Amino acid sequence: MSADAGGGRSRAAYPLILPTWAVLGVFFLLPLCVLFVISFAQRGTYGGLKPIEDLGAYVLSGKFLSHYARSLHPIYLQIFWRSIWMAVVTTIVCLLVSYPVAYYVAIVAPPRRRNLLLGLVVIPFWTSFLIRTYAWMFILRTEGLANRLLMAAGLTSHPLELLYNDFSVLIGLVYGELPFMILPLYASLEKLDRSLLEASADLGAPARETFRRVTIPMTAPGIAAGIVLVFVPSLGQFIVSDLLGGAKTILAGNLVQNQFAVARNKPFGSAVAFELTAAVLLLLLGYAAYTRRRGEDVLL
Amino acid sequence: MRRRGALLRLHTALVFAFLYAPIAILVLFSFNETSQTAVWRGFTFEWYRKLLSDEIILGTVRNSLIVGAAATVIATVLGTLAALAMGRYRFRGEGLTRNLLYLPIIIPEIVVGAALVTFFGVAGLRLSLVTVVIAHVVFSISYVAIVVRARLSGFDRSLEEAALDLGARPVQTFFRVTLPLILPGVVAGALLVFTISIDDYVITSFVAGVGATTLPLQIYSMLKVGVTPEVNAVSTLLLATTVVLILFAQRLQQPPPERSEG
Repeated sequence: MSADAGGGRSRAAYPLILPTWAVLGVFFLLPLCVLFVISFAQRGTYGGLKPIEDLGAYVLSGKFLSHYARSLHPIYLQIFWRSIWMAVVTTIVCLLVSYPVAYYVAIVAPPRRRNLLLGLVVIPFWTSFLIRTYAWMFILRTEGLANRLLMAAGLTSHPLELLYNDFSVLIGLVYGELPFMILPLYASLEKLDRSLLEASADLGAPARETFRRVTIPMTAPGIAAGIVLVFVPSLGQFIVSDLLGGAKTILAGNLVQNQFAVARNKPFGSAVAFELTAAVLLLLLGYAAYTRRRGEDVLL
Repeated sequence: MRRRGALLRLHTALVFAFLYAPIAILVLFSFNETSQTAVWRGFTFEWYRKLLSDEIILGTVRNSLIVGAAATVIATVLGTLAALAMGRYRFRGEGLTRNLLYLPIIIPEIVVGAALVTFFGVAGLRLSLVTVVIAHVVFSISYVAIVVRARLSGFDRSLEEAALDLGARPVQTFFRVTLPLILPGVVAGALLVFTISIDDYVITSFVAGVGATTLPLQIYSMLKVGVTPEVNAVSTLLLATTVVLILFAQRLQQPPPERSEG
């Protein structure tokens, strides 16, 4: 976990770490602070910010919270609720689909094939999310392959509207996030001490009991990491809902994007962005508390 | 027991089919003769030929390569130095640095994009390729730091001590001993940065100004207008590039083969 031997603090570290501190400080932390401040400001006439003449009066009037108040309007609450719901469903489906895959690759598959199988998971992990989402747009659209197959099979006489609904968004999300669940699960299953499984079997536990009482508890850190890695990006998702959901399935990510690119209401967009960030950070704090208790961190 | 293994294998095969079939279909139809894209009419390179003579697309490819190269160099140097600091020394703010490096990976891209474009506006920086490079450096330093840090953890420090004992200067030791040993990690990190950079859509869409359109932005606007075989062709080229880079990075990250199999 911690640094190599040598002990004691060393000044030699600073020239190495300062450039990163500077870049991330100026171009990451500072922008986040600016965004936070702006979420309390008011929009000006041309998409800029309205100057505040009397800061004290502005604060006292409570107007600085207007965007956060607006985000509690039922229209937006519904969007947040939908985002959370979609992210939860995506996470559950990914977990159920991924666990057997990770189990097979880590434990059942012949060791000489393991690298190949792992490579097959890693490739979609790193390849363009945009293009992988487009692939589904290509398949599901009205003149697409899915409709042609359905019609050829005689299941429908006219093309169905397969795109632009919650289902197509869910397919896109699961498809996009699946590798992010398989990899951490694999990492923890691979570390699983197999003699424990054998011991459990030798003591007469049926396979199902061994799985429930040994395998799952032992791989809980991988499950937690997978949940974080899938849930967090799903929550801030914007490509999938934009391409596969059209205008009907707006998620929190689209709301932020829309305020910046189209509606030109940066303060409101910033407020929503911060609510999103707060939700993510809360989740991560929970995860951090969990890993500290387990003393094991699969995530990073 | 055996039946369970067979079921697991079938499930895994189906999941891999689910992961790869859409990509395969997309690639296949980039070679389709007709632009009525759901029917297979015959094999052609027509769409690729069209791409290569499309000045607009070539311009965005050029932009992507410039941004990718610049971001890779800067992020790799910074990330490697940061990894060395964390892997070697105890210093004030070590824990904070670790958290700081996780944040760009963890905070939703859309928030980072919004924050950066707002910041650039406030700071009076005009959106251009430079702002895109800055954004890409911000979200990729962490990847390099993590990959190189992993490489450092299996590092035998006595080699460096030997070099120093034999009278090598610290700089010499770094370039002749340390760097060659961690080089696979550094190169793997660099390849990952380049891949993430040429693939990025969300953050880039916020910080790219007029004339700084990168390939993913171009693809996005193309497929928003309508699905055409050209979109498939350009997607295929981008996919092929990233897959090659990733496989290479994977190889480099693998630990050297152990002498005895356990």
